[in-house]
Amino acid sequence: MQNFINIFTHGIFIKHAWFVLAVPFLSFVFVGLVLRPLSKKASGLIATLSISVTTLFVYGIIAECFLMHRVPSGAAWQVPWLRYQDGLSATLGVLVDPLSLLLMCVVTTVSALVHLYSIGYMRGDEGVGRYFAFLNLFTFSMLGLVVAPNILQIFIFWELVGVSSFLLIGYYYEKPQAVAASKKAFIVTRFADLGFFIGIFILGYYGFQSFSRLGPTVPQALSPFDFAYLTSPAFIEFFKHETYMIFGLSIFSLTLILVFMGACGKSAMFPLHIWLPDAMEGPTPVSALIHAATMVVAGVYLVARMFPLFVASPEALGLVQCVGTFTCLFAATIGCTQDDIKRVLAFSTLSQIGYMMFALGVCHGGNTLGYTASLFHLFTHAFFKALLFLGAGSIIHALHTNNVWEMGGLVKAMPITHLTFLVATLSISGIPPFSGFFSKDEILLSAFINHQYLTFVIALLVAGLTSFYMFRVYFLTFWSEAKWHGHVHKPQEASWTMTLPLLLLAVLAAISGFTPIAKWIFYTKSQVESHRLFFVPVFGVLVAAFGFLLAMLFYTGDRKIVDHVVLKFAWMYGVIKHKFYIDEVYLWITKKVIFRFIAFPVAWFDRRIVDGGVNLAAWVTRKTGWLLRFLQTGQVQTYGIWLVSGGLVMLLVLLTL
Amino acid sequence: MLASIFNSPYFYPSIYHWLVLSSALFSIGIYGFLTRKNAVGILISLELCLNSGALNFVVFDYFRGNHIDGKIMALFIIAVAAAEVVIAMAIFVGMFKHKKTIDVTEMNQMRN
Repeated sequence: MQNFINIFTHGIFIKHAWFVLAVPFLSFVFVGLVLRPLSKKASGLIATLSISVTTLFVYGIIAECFLMHRVPSGAAWQVPWLRYQDGLSATLGVLVDPLSLLLMCVVTTVSALVHLYSIGYMRGDEGVGRYFAFLNLFTFSMLGLVVAPNILQIFIFWELVGVSSFLLIGYYYEKPQAVAASKKAFIVTRFADLGFFIGIFILGYYGFQSFSRLGPTVPQALSPFDFAYLTSPAFIEFFKHETYMIFGLSIFSLTLILVFMGACGKSAMFPLHIWLPDAMEGPTPVSALIHAATMVVAGVYLVARMFPLFVASPEALGLVQCVGTFTCLFAATIGCTQDDIKRVLAFSTLSQIGYMMFALGVCHGGNTLGYTASLFHLFTHAFFKALLFLGAGSIIHALHTNNVWEMGGLVKAMPITHLTFLVATLSISGIPPFSGFFSKDEILLSAFINHQYLTFVIALLVAGLTSFYMFRVYFLTFWSEAKWHGHVHKPQEASWTMTLPLLLLAVLAAISGFTPIAKWIFYTKSQVESHRLFFVPVFGVLVAAFGFLLAMLFYTGDRKIVDHVVLKFAWMYGVIKHKFYIDEVYLWITKKVIFRFIAFPVAWFDRRIVDGGVNLAAWVTRKTGWLLRFLQTGQVQTYGIWLVSGGLVMLLVLLTL
Repeated sequence: MLASIFNSPYFYPSIYHWLVLSSALFSIGIYGFLTRKNAVGILISLELCLNSGALNFVVFDYFRGNHIDGKIMALFIIAVAAAEVVIAMAIFVGMFKHKKTIDVTEMNQMRN
């Protein structure tokens, strides 16, 4: 035992942290180029194996941090990548600090389990090799994102996760909806990344302006793009007092709002949330990994990573709070009306990310407990939401339908799925002692002690809604009358590759709330443990229980009650069911405004003026050539006359000069 | 009397006379080049032009210090002209075999 522990005391894992990026990347290349055409089975096996190795390696790093009793900060490994001049360079590296370790742990764990699950779920599919190559690419990009020590690297991997998400949403490329969904996801997030990119430019500009002066005072800052530099008090002080104003906002707040725009796109915050529900067209394990547990929380991670900057700007943090709170409520209401099980989960994801966002946002009240709460919720949410998606995938795999009204009676048929789904549902609803209870309680508490009472009330309401729509799905799926009797096959549990990840994730979803995360992840340590209010968790549990009872009342008994309520609120129900017509508004804006008034004139200009100019030049050349053709007689003596007369003219010119 | 004629500076042609001669040769060559239809005639006209050039070398050499280099250049020109004639005649023979004529006005396949 002692020998085993001794492995972790040398710091080998931290020293070779590049391993975390190298393994998934090499596996992606190997599976994509070599194994994909050869063997479906080997592709899945190697891909899963490499991610599992990476996961163990990350656990090794975490064990080292524990056993060495010191929390590292700064880049564990770094190579120079772009050197422009002194004081302006970019590096590629692996940052090891509590925040990146938390994310690495989440990403690798969920990714490894999803890989394993996919072996069973994707069996018999034609493009399994392609699928696993993309899944490895995604894991590599996501790990590169969370370990990025500077903002340029984060942007590159930010785009890479966008690409892998695009590729995986459009995995079933024969399906027109999948193609449309992948395009939508890519375009919406790219649009948001425009803001992020401009934000990076402004940050880089001011960073470079001050780096020669302030850089040497900041330890571990190699370049103006390093987070170590950008989040240092010296730089924040300098940047905050920049007097340049746009739209009545200081350039400091504006930059952060632009960065937050990128975070909004990736995390699907209102009004850029439209891509996430459609992204459910991808395979279900992909939804579990990318669109629930890891990629969509990248926006939360970005805000958390740049949190010292955000704290210094109440305007930006206030916006984070508003957007987070609104999305939280907005998505939860829609989640109550959707019939597609994956879409309910997608809106639930939106709502939970809204929780994380506003937990960061409420910190402008002065108490930074929200920072810890947000990341704690990120951690627990990753497990129970991935579990919900994998459970949903298991059901879809057995029943071949996404509609919750066509399911039912699965308690006996699929006991493992039922049990794990129940654990995840209890967890997301915030029932103690499951993990969601602890993180949600901390979020509610952080809103309350910062005196953000409106946010607090909305968060409580959403806790009730969450419980309601999750138990709605749960009761409809497992307890209502079975509607699949017409099927040839009786639904049953799939192979162990699918049930094992479910069980492991259920364990994690149940116990991850006991992780003492506040010991490592905090912004101001003294503010984390100082407050404990008794009534906040009580309220939270009561509201959740109310949601549970309401769902039980509606969806276990007669369907008439539901229909009666729906009829009573028909107008409101219709609006919510159509997702508040946001998609239609976007369509109207793009088709009627952008296409007609911008794209059409631009296309006309391009075709008539730009292409026309090119065509005109070609036409003139052709006509001139046609005319000059007649000068070419083929008679050598005609040319001779031209030669001699030309010579004479030259002579005359020279003489007269 | 005769001696006085020989000794008179007007009896010996000056540079101008020589240059007029070479210009005349050159002009005749150009005229021939532009008017002859027979390829061999054109070649002969070209030889006239070349020779007027060679003559110019010799003349300028003689009247500008009488160094040897201009004359050597004239010899080069003669040698090059000889080589050129050989090639040109070979081409004409080939042309004749192909078209049964060496009339240059017939050689207009590259027109337009």
